[in-house]
Amino acid sequence: MKLFALITVIITGALLLYASKDFPAWGDPLSPANNSELSRHYITETRVETEVPNIVTAVLADYRGYDTMFETVVIFVAGLGILAVLRQSPSAGEPLPVPRDRFQERDMITIMTCRLTVPLIQLFALYVLAHGHYSPGGGFQGGVMFGASFILIALTGGLSEALKRLSEQRAIFLAALGVLIYAGTGLLCMFLGKNFLDYHILSQWLPDTTAVKARYHAMLIVEIGVAFTVTAIMFTIYATLSSKGRMRGGL
Amino acid sequence: MIPSFDIVILIFLVVTAVIALTLKDLLASAMVLGIYSFLMCLLWAEMSAVDVAFTEATVGAGVSTVIMIATVYQTTRKSRD
Amino acid sequence: MEAFIANFNYWIYIILMMIGLFAMIAKKNLIKKLVGMSIFQTAIILFYVSIGVKQGATIPILPEEAVHPKTTAGETSHHNGEDGDAHAGELPEIDAQDYTNPIPHVLMLTAIVVGVGTLGLALAIAQRVHYHYGTLEETEILKQIQSGQ
Repeated sequence: MKLFALITVIITGALLLYASKDFPAWGDPLSPANNSELSRHYITETRVETEVPNIVTAVLADYRGYDTMFETVVIFVAGLGILAVLRQSPSAGEPLPVPRDRFQERDMITIMTCRLTVPLIQLFALYVLAHGHYSPGGGFQGGVMFGASFILIALTGGLSEALKRLSEQRAIFLAALGVLIYAGTGLLCMFLGKNFLDYHILSQWLPDTTAVKARYHAMLIVEIGVAFTVTAIMFTIYATLSSKGRMRGGL
Repeated sequence: MIPSFDIVILIFLVVTAVIALTLKDLLASAMVLGIYSFLMCLLWAEMSAVDVAFTEATVGAGVSTVIMIATVYQTTRKSRD
Repeated sequence: MEAFIANFNYWIYIILMMIGLFAMIAKKNLIKKLVGMSIFQTAIILFYVSIGVKQGATIPILPEEAVHPKTTAGETSHHNGEDGDAHAGELPEIDAQDYTNPIPHVLMLTAIVVGVGTLGLALAIAQRVHYHYGTLEETEILKQIQSGQ
């Protein structure tokens, strides 16, 4: 098996290395990908069409919003899949293992440090989410950081402590709510007579906005939807995997 | 892009990838994979892909490592290869 | 030197990809296979991101002056906010060559987050397999399946 793998890998690698001499030079500003009309349009016209300085956020949430919506759905489905695989497994009914030594007890110092840092992490996560228009960040990063703060609580205070703050049912509800916010924004545009996720038209509903500002604000709304889903699913993945589907005990 | 920085990180990347796959202890393997992700994040920041680097720092180096360690804790720590 | 750097980058991407592919085929341990999958995935993402690199370009975030240009001394800036694109004509020129190509970044950003979803699902299945067979080694699982029949 090793030999077969080695032969396959060497042949594939050799072919790819042979193909690599046809690639454009690394970092060439005039390569086909960098010099395309689409790329130039995004760089020069985003500021006029959406007034968002961070081009990546604008392309993610507006121009390619349909793509991002289904990426959010993929995260949601992955979370549901993990729950389906482990929550129904016979291991979920097993009794908890007995603590092996005294290090299993929760330590005062880590719990207090966690209590001090978790609010700061959550505040920073909200900042990353809200400031995604002007700096690197956005729904995915802010959501993962918010989920990571719950994981930190689970690591220091035990899984039950974290589940008190974000229970399984509430997490699934939040994840579904995130997808609903995203798809709902799209449907609202359709309802008002434009294409799915065409945010221009929302200026009718958002008070005191032009068409450009409507796109600007709608991006924040869909990013919030993404953040809800990602937060809930990241925590659910950790809670399920670390407790073998029991949702008790944990690491 | 800074070429000298680039070369150093790329060499470290190959080294950490090989170490992560050869270690017999799965917990250590997961930790080295976390290092690999952080190096990758550094490389993307250097390639001026800041959003991608930020995502990799939170997802690849943070959550992935944690869930992998959770699985190793719940299953077994030893690997035969 | 320039030509060496250009090719060196691509060679390392291919080497990383092949390390991942080899691990996915040849390693017997299921967690090791997933480590290989992660390496394979990041190598491909790295290749995509590096397509967007431009020599001498900066990050794809425009400076504030390029989006909301400073108006003349008498006017305050929040006047601009009220009539959104009225000042579109006065925007300073920007050159597309000064900013990194944002399209690969957008595509790969979502790919990374989906990657953690697939990794989590794979780890969940690995835990389920370990519960049933008591091992994560492929050879032992196959032996148990064959002796069971």
